[in-house]
Amino acid sequence: MVALTLTRKLAILADAAKYDASCASSGSEKRNSAGTKGIGSTEGSGICHSYAPDGRCISLLKLLLTNFCIYDCAYCINRSSSNVQRARFSVDEVVQLTLDFYRRNYIEGLFLSSGIIKSPDHTMEEMVRVARTLREVHLFQGYIHLKVIPNASPELLAEAGRWADRLSTNIELPTDTALEHFAPEKRPAEIRTAMARLRGKLDEAKPEGKPKAKPQKFAPAGQSTQMIIGADAANDSAILTRAAGLYSGYNLKRVYYSAFSPIPDASSKLPLRPPPLMREHRLYQADWLIRFYGFDVPEIVQGGENGDLDLAIDPKLAWALKQRQSFPVDVNRADREMLLRVPGLGINAVDRIIRSRRHHRLTLADVARMTASIDKVRPFIVTGDWSPGGAIDDQRLRQKLTPQPKQLSLF
Amino acid sequence: MLAIRLEKLNDLDEWRGKARRLLAAGMEPSQIVWRTGSDENGLFEGGDEMLPTPDGPVGTVPRQFMELAAGVIQHSDPERFARLYRVLWRLQKDHQLLSNAGDSDNTDLARMASAVRRDAHKMKAFVRFRSLFEGETERFIAWFEPDHYVLEATASFFARRFAGMNWGIVTPYASAWWDTENLSFGPGGRKSDVPAEDAVEDDWKTYYASIFNPARLKVSMMKSEMPVKYWRNLPEAENIAPLIRNAKAMEQDMIERAATQPPAHHMRREARKPEPQQIQEITSLAEAREAVQSCHRCPLYEHATQAVFGEGPEHAEVMFVGEQPGDQEDLAGKPFIGPAGQVLDEFIEKVGIDRKRVYVTNAVKHFKFEPRGKRRIHQRPDGGEVQACKFWLNLEVEYVKPKVIVALGATAAQSLLGKASVTIGKMRGAPIKMEDGTVLFITNHPSYLLRIPDAEGKARERAKFEADLVMVREAIAALEKTP
Ligand code: SF4
Repeated sequence: MVALTLTRKLAILADAAKYDASCASSGSEKRNSAGTKGIGSTEGSGICHSYAPDGRCISLLKLLLTNFCIYDCAYCINRSSSNVQRARFSVDEVVQLTLDFYRRNYIEGLFLSSGIIKSPDHTMEEMVRVARTLREVHLFQGYIHLKVIPNASPELLAEAGRWADRLSTNIELPTDTALEHFAPEKRPAEIRTAMARLRGKLDEAKPEGKPKAKPQKFAPAGQSTQMIIGADAANDSAILTRAAGLYSGYNLKRVYYSAFSPIPDASSKLPLRPPPLMREHRLYQADWLIRFYGFDVPEIVQGGENGDLDLAIDPKLAWALKQRQSFPVDVNRADREMLLRVPGLGINAVDRIIRSRRHHRLTLADVARMTASIDKVRPFIVTGDWSPGGAIDDQRLRQKLTPQPKQLSLF
Repeated sequence: MLAIRLEKLNDLDEWRGKARRLLAAGMEPSQIVWRTGSDENGLFEGGDEMLPTPDGPVGTVPRQFMELAAGVIQHSDPERFARLYRVLWRLQKDHQLLSNAGDSDNTDLARMASAVRRDAHKMKAFVRFRSLFEGETERFIAWFEPDHYVLEATASFFARRFAGMNWGIVTPYASAWWDTENLSFGPGGRKSDVPAEDAVEDDWKTYYASIFNPARLKVSMMKSEMPVKYWRNLPEAENIAPLIRNAKAMEQDMIERAATQPPAHHMRREARKPEPQQIQEITSLAEAREAVQSCHRCPLYEHATQAVFGEGPEHAEVMFVGEQPGDQEDLAGKPFIGPAGQVLDEFIEKVGIDRKRVYVTNAVKHFKFEPRGKRRIHQRPDGGEVQACKFWLNLEVEYVKPKVIVALGATAAQSLLGKASVTIGKMRGAPIKMEDGTVLFITNHPSYLLRIPDAEGKARERAKFEADLVMVREAIAALEKTP
C-alpha cells in the first residue's frame, strides 16, 4: 500500500469529522500561557476563526484519529461496510497539526474523535495520548474537546477529563429502538452509563462544599452530546423528550442536533435526501425555550401538529397562536415568566421591561425600543396606550406573522 | 477656536489630560477642534499651550464613562474626540446622562464602542500569522487591516495567548511586537512587509475545504459572520467560490451514490462474527443480572440510564424489596445508595440484622422520572410496569431463595402479592405466609421517613419502622432454630 501524505490524511480525516455538529469552544475555565514557554489560552470564549460556506463556524480543528472502524452504524460514513478511503493519523501527527494551526491563529483548539479500532479502550487511549502530549510535552493551553468512546474503561474517561476541556458522548439517535436498528453494535444503556460516569466526575470536581483538598480538575467545559435528526422516523416530541431527559440526568451543557445529511456510499437503510435544515433550526429554538424560558416539552410540541414542530414559524409563536386565551399580556403588570412567553420578547427585552416599568408605565413605543421587531409582539401585549383588541383572535393572524419565504440566492 | 493636537490616535490618557485642562479653563465643546497626526491647523486657530494645568480634580465622571471612552477612542471616526468631550462636558451638569437611553450623544458613543468591540473580536479571530526563520529563531508575522485603531488594546490578548512565541502584527497605522517577554509597538506598514506565504497554509486550505458539508450550503450566514472585507487577508478565502460552485453537484453525487459492495475487510469481519445470541433461557442469578440490561418489557428502559438489579449474597436469608431505583441509584447502577438507602442501612444496623445476609432490590428495575430542568423528579411506576418487571423480581426470588422478604412500601407489596392496591397501615405488623413458604413482611419505604415534616410524626413513624424490622430480625432468628 502506498503511504498517504499528511495532507491527504488530513483531507480524509477532516471530511470524516464534518458530520459532527458540536463545535463550540466556550464555557471552559480561563487560562492562558503567560509566563510559560507554551502557547494557548481559553479566555477568548467563543472565537470563530473562520466560517465554511455551510455557515458553520470553524473554531476547532475537527479531526478523526482514524476512520477505520469495526462498527457498522448505518448513518455513519466510517462504518465498516462503507467504501470510503481509510486513513489513520499517528498521535504525533495530530499533535503537530494542532500546534502548527494554533500558532498561526487558525483555530481555538482541537476536537478529536475517532473510529473504533481494535477495541474501545485502545481507541480511547490513543485519543487521551494526543491530549496528554499536547498538555504535558508542549504546554498547550488551548481548548481540547475529546469524543468519548462509551464503553471505554472508567479510568480512561477519568484521564480524558484531566486533559480535555470538554468531553462528549454521542447519543446518536433519539430512540433506543432506532439506535439498535441502525447501530447494532452500540448499546444505548452503555452510552448513558458513560454520561452518568462523566456526570459523577464533574460533580466531584465542583469546588462546592467544604474547602478541603482542591478537587482534581475534570473537563471544566462540561459534557455535551449529539443527536442525528431525520435519519429515523422519530418525531420532534420524541427528540425533545430525549433531550430533556439527558439534560436533567447528566447535566449536559448542550445537546447538538444534526440534520442527517446524505453521505457518500450510504447504507440503503437511510433516507437519501437533503438534510432537514429547517427542522434542525426549529429544534434548536425549542431546546432554547426549554433551557432558558421555562417551557416543557409537551407545551412546545403542542404548537405543532402530531408531535412535530411547525416548520413555518418559530416554536414560541406557534405555541402562542394555539394558546390565544393566555393573551394579550399586560407588559406593565405580568410576571417575568409570562413575559418570557410573549412571541418576540427575548430574555434581554424582558429584563429591560421589568427594570423600566419600575420608573414609569410603559407605552407601546417604549416596548418597541426594547425589541428587535414590535410587529411580532404587538398582537400579544397590552400597554398603557395600546390594546390589540380583537387582533389576537383574528384567524389570519398566523398568516400575517408568517415570514414570507425569501428567494435564496446561491451566491 | 482652539485647536488641540493629540500625538496618538487612540491614547485615552493623552486625551484625558488635555480634556482636563480644557475643562479647567471652562472651554465649551463648540470652541474646540481636535487634531491628530498630519492634520493642519486652520488659519485662526490657537494652540493649547495657554491652558491651565489643574493639579486637583476638575470634576467627576461616572466610571462607566471612562470604560466607554476607552473603547470609543479606538474608533476611526475623526469626530470621536469631540464627541467624548461633549459628553464629558454635559456630564458635569447632568450626572444621569448615561442612563438616558434616548439621548443621541449617548447612543452614538454606545454604537461606537460596540463597533470597536466587534472589530477587536474579529481581529482575535482573523489574524493569520506566517512563519519566518531568522537564523535559528522562528518568528510569526501577520498583516491585518482593522477598521478601527484596535491594535494596541488587543495586542495583550495575543501576548497572553502566544506567550512562548515570537510574533508581530503589522497594520496600516501601527505594529505590535512580542519577543516572548515584552510587548512593544512600532510604526505601521504594508502588506508586503510580511511573508507572502507559509508552508502550513496549504494544509489549512485542505482542512477548510474538507470540513465543509456541501449538503448544508448557507452562504448568507457565512457572510454575515465573516464579512467579505476580511476575505482578502484570509488564505482560505480563495476556496470559497469554487466550494460554493461545486456544492450542488457534490450533494447530488452523495445522494446518488448509493451503497456499493462493502469492502473485503468488512466481509471478513462479518464472517467471523458469532451468530447473534438467541435470548437463552436464564439459568442463574448472574445471567439474569446480565439479561436485565437489555430488557424492553416496558417503556421505562428508554430514558433511565441502566437497569439496577439487586445486590447482596447469592443465598441471602432476607430480601428487601423497594419500589424503584432513584436518581443516584440510576446513575451508579446500584440499589439503595441514595438517602433512602442510608436510612435503611441505619435501621438494619440498629436492630442488629446482619447486613452480610441481606439482599436488596426493587420491584421495578428502571428509574421512572419526569425531567424538570436540571433535575429528574421521581414518578411512581404504574401497574403495568410493576407487572412487567415482576419477571425479574421472580427470578431473583427464585435464585436467592430468601426465607424472609420485606416489602418496603406499597409498590413492592403490590408486586409481591400480585394485588392492584395494598394499604400498608393494615398489613404491617404481622408476617404473611406465602405459598412457597417464605415469610413476607410489609412496611413503609424508608424514603417515606424522610418526607415527614414534623418532628413528632417523624419520631412516631421511625419507631414503627424500627418495630417492623425488629420483627424481621426475630423471624430470621427463629429460622435458625427450626432447621
Ligand atoms: S422496568 Fe423492568 S420491565 Fe420495564 S424495562 Fe426495566 S427491567 Fe424491563
